[in-house]
Formats: sequence, structure tokens, C-alpha cells
Amino acid sequence: MEKGKGIMGSGRRWAVDFSDNSTAPSSRDIPDPPGFTRASVDQDDSTVSRQKKDAESNWKAQKAWEVAQAPFKNLLMMGFMMWMAGNTVHLFSIGITFSALWQPISALQGVGKVFEPYKDNKVDLLGPKLLFIALNLGGLALGVWKLNTLGLLPTHASDWVSSLPPAQEVEYSGGGIPL
Amino acid sequence: MAIRSFFLFILFFSSSLSPVFSLYEDQVGLMDWHQQYIGKVKQAVFSSQRAGRKRVVVSTEENVIASLDLRHGEIFWRHLLGADDVIDGIDIGLGKYVITLSSGGSILRSWNLPDGQMVWESSLQGPKHSKSFLLVPTNLKFDKDNVLVVFSNGRLHAISCIDGEVLWKKDFEAESFEVQQVIQPPGSDLIYVVGFAASYQFEMYQINAKNGELLKHESASFSSGFSGEVSLVSTETVVALDSTGSILLTISFQDGKISSQQTPISNLVEESLGPAVIIPSSVSGIFAIKTDAVTVFIRVIGEGKLEVVEKTTHEIAVSDALSISEDQEAFALIQHASSEIHLTVKLAHDWDGNLLKESVKMDRQRGLVHKVFINNYIRTDRSYGFRVLIVMEDHSLLLLQQGEIVWSREDGLASIIDVTTSELPVERNGVSVAKVEHNLFEWLKGHMLKLKGTLMLASPEDMAAIQSMRLKSSEKSKMTRDHNGFRKLLIVLTRAGKLFALHTGDGRIVWSHLLRSLHKSEACQSPIGLNLYQWQVPHHHAMDENPSVLVVSRCGPSSDAPGVLSFVDTYTGKELSSLSLDHAVVQVIPLPYTDSTEQRLHLLINADKHAHLYPKTSEALSIFKREFLNIYWYSVEDQNGIIKGHALKCKCTGEVADEFCFDTRDLWSVVFPSESEKIVATVTRKLNEVVHTQAKVVADQDVMYKYISRNLLFVATVAPKGSGEIGSVTPEESWLVAYLIDTVTGRILHRVTHHGLQGPVHAVFSENWVVYHYFNLRAHRYEMSVIEIYDQSRADNKDVWKLVLGKHNLTSPISLFSRPEVITKSQSYFFTHSLKAIAVTSTAKGITSKQLLLGTIGDQVLALDKRFLDPRRTVNPTQAEKEEGIIPLTDSLPIIPQSYVTHALRVEGLRGIITVPAKLESTTLVFAHGVDLFFTQLAPSRTYDSLTEDFSYALLLITIVALVAAIFVTWRLSERKELQEKWR
Repeated sequence: MEKGKGIMGSGRRWAVDFSDNSTAPSSRDIPDPPGFTRASVDQDDSTVSRQKKDAESNWKAQKAWEVAQAPFKNLLMMGFMMWMAGNTVHLFSIGITFSALWQPISALQGVGKVFEPYKDNKVDLLGPKLLFIALNLGGLALGVWKLNTLGLLPTHASDWVSSLPPAQEVEYSGGGIPL
Repeated sequence: MAIRSFFLFILFFSSSLSPVFSLYEDQVGLMDWHQQYIGKVKQAVFSSQRAGRKRVVVSTEENVIASLDLRHGEIFWRHLLGADDVIDGIDIGLGKYVITLSSGGSILRSWNLPDGQMVWESSLQGPKHSKSFLLVPTNLKFDKDNVLVVFSNGRLHAISCIDGEVLWKKDFEAESFEVQQVIQPPGSDLIYVVGFAASYQFEMYQINAKNGELLKHESASFSSGFSGEVSLVSTETVVALDSTGSILLTISFQDGKISSQQTPISNLVEESLGPAVIIPSSVSGIFAIKTDAVTVFIRVIGEGKLEVVEKTTHEIAVSDALSISEDQEAFALIQHASSEIHLTVKLAHDWDGNLLKESVKMDRQRGLVHKVFINNYIRTDRSYGFRVLIVMEDHSLLLLQQGEIVWSREDGLASIIDVTTSELPVERNGVSVAKVEHNLFEWLKGHMLKLKGTLMLASPEDMAAIQSMRLKSSEKSKMTRDHNGFRKLLIVLTRAGKLFALHTGDGRIVWSHLLRSLHKSEACQSPIGLNLYQWQVPHHHAMDENPSVLVVSRCGPSSDAPGVLSFVDTYTGKELSSLSLDHAVVQVIPLPYTDSTEQRLHLLINADKHAHLYPKTSEALSIFKREFLNIYWYSVEDQNGIIKGHALKCKCTGEVADEFCFDTRDLWSVVFPSESEKIVATVTRKLNEVVHTQAKVVADQDVMYKYISRNLLFVATVAPKGSGEIGSVTPEESWLVAYLIDTVTGRILHRVTHHGLQGPVHAVFSENWVVYHYFNLRAHRYEMSVIEIYDQSRADNKDVWKLVLGKHNLTSPISLFSRPEVITKSQSYFFTHSLKAIAVTSTAKGITSKQLLLGTIGDQVLALDKRFLDPRRTVNPTQAEKEEGIIPLTDSLPIIPQSYVTHALRVEGLRGIITVPAKLESTTLVFAHGVDLFFTQLAPSRTYDSLTEDFSYALLLITIVALVAAIFVTWRLSERKELQEKWR
């Protein structure tokens, strides 16, 4: 990730531009060769750069999709781990469940940051973002489902009445065997 | 936060899986204390052994025989005979056997004096019931064998002292003969048996002690008859009173000839005294008569002539005679004078001369001297010294010697009637700084020692220091309230009418108070303490007041005798006030209402079923008026087999207008058929029990609603035939019926009949369950049953959303007149022990799981988890049920040796077990009383809410310091490394 960022982002630390951008000839004393028109070179130059930009944005879009799909693998792994952890409440299963809940949440919080490097006017990031969010939500749902199978979600009546105080009685009666 | 709560849950879960309560050997005495008592001394015999430690053998009203150290009053050995095995007499035979006669003279036992082991036992039968006498003649021999002379059940026995064999016996079968004295004149082979026949005839039998042959039988009739006891004034003269109590009869039977003389008391004492009684004494030549006001000592001067030697209006106690030489007898006399008692020792024939005269300061709270026992010793200058053992009105036992109290025993605590608790005062502004610093140093030192102990570095001395530090930690015996609520005062009322406050930390007596209202007086002849109630428990807004208890007592044993109320401050032990009531007290009903000073309202029901409200203030009356229609009461007439419910009606319609008195009317009655059912046990829930929740979560997240009602009464009845001893009926004609009755409406909620069962029934009621213990005649074993009662009408409250939003009526007040739909679940199990008492642990909030406390026949307290008595137990519980904690069903309840609360100790004569919640939810305080007292703390689910007492804070501190240091060091190291990386 770090490396990719370096190249893609502010990345290019230095560059040698072999194309001469100046429209004016560098030296007037040497005439242009016959049949050479400076304007065409200029035009040619711009098409090259455009092509490059296109390639870059294509590449960015591709990468963005890749990043967006990354949680899927995570999801599969999580599912496997959960299956391994079993349905009884103990340290391992609780740890797995909480990491399964925490990862999607933290990922969702950092959606903007993850897609920052691929920000481009030409790249449409909405699709990858939506996929990323959907996959993470799926992960979250998996975590919640696991929590439920562990019986840690208050979905039963028993979870709400367990601390219900006994009802007061209106009448009071005392007595017993005479002293 | 969530994780922590889950961890707590896990902790709780794992701890609840191991129900065994046990403690390590070095934890004994840390939380618990045990005190041994013997009860009020009836008779004391001093051992005359020359060598060895001086001891005194006593028999008591609690049926204890004990050998006490004369120097310190400690118990050498002690035996508690059964409740129906009352001791009639004790003596020492041959200088090494303690002889006891008990059970109305039908059992004679001999115990080894040094160690208290039983040597022999013989049972003595006879033709009819009579007084019993035990004589140990010193010089009556029979083939080198000392002989015991026992008169019991109308038969005279001579018994070998060595093996308890009956040498001869002689019946006294005359229908109306009532034995009064059995005399064995020292130095002769004769035994005199004197008594009355048909209440006006004096009979004398002279018997040969060698073979039981009747030598002579004389009788003489006295037209005026006899009353009361006779006093022996010499070996051949007795003094009796006539039936009017005004004429003294001096009867002499010298040489088998009866001669008598009558002396009217008025001839001896000028003023008229009214009817008198003879105080029995064995001092030769002197006897005493007592009237209401005065005690008169009279000397017999030959030929039946009488002479008054002293007349006193003081309370007086006389000892038996002690022969100090061939022809000299001494006796002790104790007289009261305000705060002192005067002890005089006189010779029998010389009234005016005193061998000894001492004054001893006596605590007023001990009351009057009831009994005196005298003993002598030889001083270094070969003169006689005397020591006396005195029994006081509060049943305490004291040894007086050389004008001082050498030791005292608070044996009143052996007969506790009722127990309640009181909080200690709140700690006022803090301790001084110096004390804190000292404490800090001590604290650190203590913890360093403990740390050494944990790391196994401690030497044996260190270990001893740790142990002693733990045992006498000053924390537990402080006189202030503590954060956990472990320190409290146990207020106990004893049969002697004395209130004691015991500190729960170490069991010491904080104060004691002999109730003035329980003193004998003109208005109240024989007051009996009945019960203790918490009268005022200040908290919140009445913090400045001291808490107080209400002592309810009654003048005389009959139920219509007028009652007496006294109010005692529990901090100081002062009697705040006392009220002599003009009505009887048949029932006391503490109401669940308090006034602005936190005084609890009490309703006292008298014999005419009028209800009297206390305290008699207008505020109490207005509170009571508000709840007037909701107050009911019920009475259990166990003799008639009727349970009646009553409601309050209106003001009393007596001649005197009393706005605190109310008439009552009968509402309902449950009549048990007298030919088939007899009430043997009734139990209700404890008034102060706290229930945490009304719901019970069962397997698969299902909910059952408990039927929790304060007004539920458990009644057990048995077949009248089967109410006797176990085994007296066949299983076919014996049964037990258990009822659950609503005491407001009289509705029988549940009834179950068990066939082939027999009492005695012991039961305990808590939350929504009852556990009862009985005998199964078919299986020949004891059994315990549990009934749990659930409210079916609430069962459909299962909509989660309603519960989340609070749109349910589960907590709204309910009336018992709405018809409840209940279901019950019950199950029975075999149980090995027979029981003396049963109780259940109670905690502050009722969250902690419960344990049953069973007082076993071996005088121990066994803790049994309630989960063993769960009617939902099955042979093969499902996985979900196992997770819930249901134990697979077994036919009998396990007895785990480690779960004896009393560990290695015994609470002799166990009568009751009381549990009091501490402020710490996990912990409950348990007090068991009988002849002995035992107190401990219990945590039925372990102390899940606090660190244990032996937690090493020092280790924790050191770990934290080490971690901080490690963090610092590694941080520095990593910084350095980073720097080096950068320079590379």
C-alpha cells in the first residue's frame, strides 16, 4: 500500500521532460528542417500527454476497484475464523467476534482516506466506494450475526426482564402461630 | 466497558460452576468465631482431688454436664444430654467418677472425671413416677465396693459405683406415698426414706443399707396436712410446713419413733407474714422460711424447740453445708446491698461468729444471686480458705475468692430466645495524621510479609506473624460501620431476660442489659421475654437518632397475661422506656410502614382479637389510617387445626375510648379435618428478604415469571397418628400434606399429599420456593422436597418491543384479590441427615445465588446449594439446560464435606440459624446459636465483587512499578536505536 501510494500520489520525485515544450525555436540561427512544422510537433506532444493521463486514470480506476474488493477476502477469512471459534462464549470467540465488528467499522470510518490516492476528476470513485461500503457492511452483519449466535444480543424477552423488580402488592398480611 | 462486563459475566459463570464452599486451614478464625457455654448451673460439685488441676463439675438447665477449671473457668470437658434427658442430680463417686442421674431418675451414668468419658450407664425402672434422689455415701461399703443409693420412680436402688450393677432394690408401692427425703446417716448402715402419704400422713421407712431389708415402718398423721418441701435439720429430724403455711412441724424419727412438735410461725416472728415456704437447705440445725417480703433463719435447739436467729428483708442465697472437719459444717450466705454483695461463711452451730466476711462489688446488670456453692482450700498457714461459686439472675457463673471475682462466665448466652441485628455508628471525622502514617508503615510491612509468603520466601516465624496478623486484624473489631457491612451488632435476648450486644467481628460482648421490665415485680410476677423486633432503624433523614429494638415480653406463661414492651437503644444498651400494657400480646405484626423518625409501625393483637397500634402517635395513626383497608392478619390455631384470616373493622367499642385500638372481623378460615390432619409446621418468607427480579430465565432464552408474594404461607400437616416419633406408625396410615395459602384471601394456591411420610417437618420459604424436610417411612430415609411456584398469568409477556419500550404492567402494583393463575413445580430427594434447623442465605440485593443452611443432627451447619433443589433437574439435561447450570438429577442430595460452614466445630445444642445480609452483595453473615454460638461470613457464589482478603496489594504495586520502569527503559533504548539508524 505504502509503495503504491508513493508512486501514484505525489510520487514522482523527479522527471526529465524530453519533449521541448517551447513553441519558439531554441535557436533562431538554425532553421527548421524542411517539411518540419513546429505546430504539428506541439500537437503531437499534447496527444502524447493526454494518452498518458488516460492511462493513469485508467490505472487508478482499476486500482480503486481492487481496493474496493479487498474486504471480500477479509470477509471470507472472518467467516472461516468464526466457524472455527464455535458457538460458545469464551475468550477466543469473543475476540474474533469483536475484531469482526471492529474492522468493518474502522474501515467505514476511513472510506475517504482509502480512496484518496485515486481521486481524480476523471475517475468515478462512487462505484468502488459503494462496493467497499457494502462489503464492509456485510462484514459488520457477519459480526452481528455471530454476536447473536453467541447469544449476546438482547433480542429475547429474557434479556429485558432479567432485572425487573417484583410487583408491589397492595395488601399486607401478617401473623402466625400465637406467641 | 462491554468487554469488562463480559469478563465479569464469565467470572461469575465460572465461579457459579464450582459450588463448593470451603476454606483453608489457616483461614479458620479469620471470619468466624465460636464460643462455648454451658447454661445456667443447677448443681455444682467440687472435686476434692489433692493432685492435679482443681476442677468443679456442674450440671445445668441446658442439660449439660461439664467439668470446669477452677482457676480460669475454662471447660475441660462437656457433654450435652438430649432435650428430654433432664439432669436430676450429680455427684462425684470414689473421687474419680462423676455420677449423673437423669431422665426423671431413670438413667444413671458414670463418667470418668479427668477426661469425661462415659464409664457405665444403667437404666433404672420403677413402679411409678416420683421424685428422685442420688446419694453417694462416703463410707457405705459393700464387698470393698462403694455403693450409690438412688431413689427414683418409687423404688430404692443400691448400685455399685464401679460398674453400675444394681445390688438390691426395694419398691415403695403404696399408692399415695410421696417421697420427700432419702437420708443416709453417715457412719451407720441405715437408710431412712421419709415422705407423705395422702398429704396428711407422715411416713418413715428404715432400711438396711446392706441388703435393702425393711427394718421399720412408722407413720403418723397430721390433721393439718403438709405443703411444699421439707427441710432436713439433722439426720433424724425434718421440718415441714402445714397446708396453710403458717405452722411449722418439727418431726423427729429418732430410733424409729416419730415424735413431733407444732410451732406457729407467729410465735417466732411478731408481725404476721402471710403464707411462707421452706427454702430447702442441708445445713444441720438451721433452716430458712421465706415469705413475700422477708426471709427468716430459724435454728432448732434440741427437742423440737425453735429459735429465730436472723430476719432479713434483703434478697439472700444460702449454700449447702460443707463439712470442714469431723463435726464442723460451714455454709455460705450471700446478701445483697445496693451495688455490692456481702458474702459470709458461718459454722452451722455458731450463727453469730463468721469464718469469713467479704464484700464484692457486683455489676447491677447481673441481677440477684440465685445459687451459691461453697468449697474450701487449705491456705499456706494451714487455715481454711473458702471460695464460692455463685449463679446470678442472668445465668452467669462467677467464682469469688478473697473478696474478688476470679472469673466469670456469661452462660446466659447458652439460652438465646431471639436474635436481631443492628448497624454500628457511622465513623465520625477522620483519624489523626500520625495514626495514618503509623498505619501506612504497618500496612506496608504487613504487605511485604504477605508478599514474602506468596513468593514462598517467608521463614516459619514470618508465617506465624502473618497468621497472627490476619487473626487479630484490628479492622474487624472496630466499633464503627464499615464499607462492606461486615461489622454489625447482634442483639440477642436470653431466657434470663438479659439483652446482649455481640460484635460480629470477634464475638465480644459490647454491652449487656438486664431488662428492668423483665424483673420480677408486684405487677408482673414471672415475666418472660418473648421476642425482639427492630423498632427504629434510622437511615436517610433520621441519621442522628440511635437505632433501637423492641422487646416484647409477657407477665406469666398464660397467653392472656398482660404484655410488657421495652425499647432499648442498641448503641448504648440503655432502656429508653418501657410500657406495661393493659392487654395481652398474642401476636406482634411489624407493618411495612415507618414514620418520619423511621420508627416502624407495629400491630399488637390481644387475646380478644383487638389490634393495638404502636407507636401511639398521631403521625403513626395517620399513616395507618391511609393503609387501613389493606392491612390483614391471620392466626394459626395449631391445636384446633384452623387457620383464620382477619381484617380490621373500626375503632374499639370498649368503655374507654382508645383511638389506637381497632376491632377486627373474621374474613376466612381454613379448617383442617382433625381426624386426618394436624398442623406441624408453618413458614412464611422473611419480612426483610429482598428479591432482585421476578423473572427466571430458563434454557433457550425462555422466561418464567416467579410468583412472589409476601403473603404466602406454607403449612404442613401430618396424620394425627403420625405426629409422634418416627417409626410409631406404618406407612399406610401416615401422610403429609403441604399447602400454600394466600393469607390475605385465604385462597389455597397449591396442595400436595405425600403418602407414607412422617414429621418432624422443617421448612424454609424464600422468594418463590419452599424447601421442606421430613421422614419417608417407605424408604426409611429422610427426604427433602422443593416446591417452586410460578405466575402463569404473566407468562405471555414476551413481546420484546413492549419490554424495550416499557409498555408492560409487570411492575405495577397488584391486588391479591385478582385471581392468580399459578403453576408449581416440585421434586423430592433423599437426604442423609435429620435436621435441627433450616435457613437460607440472604443478601443485600438478592442477586447472589442462594444456599440452604442445614443444622444437622450432629450440631453442624451444612451449606447446600439451592441448585441441587431445582425441580427442573432431569436425569439427562439438554445442552442448553447444562449451560443454564442445571445439575443432572440424582436420587439423593450430595453432602460435600468441605461445605460444612462450621468446618471442624460443633454448635452444641443447635437451635437456630440466622442469616443477615452484608452490604457487599456477594456476602451474607450467618449466626448459629444453641448452647454454643457460631458466627461466620458466607459467599454462596464466591466474592465476585471484591478482592479476597489475602490479595497481595504489594505484589500488584510492585508489578505496576516494574512495568512502568520497563516501559521507560525500553522507550529510551528504542530512541537510541532510532538515532543510530538515522546516522547510518
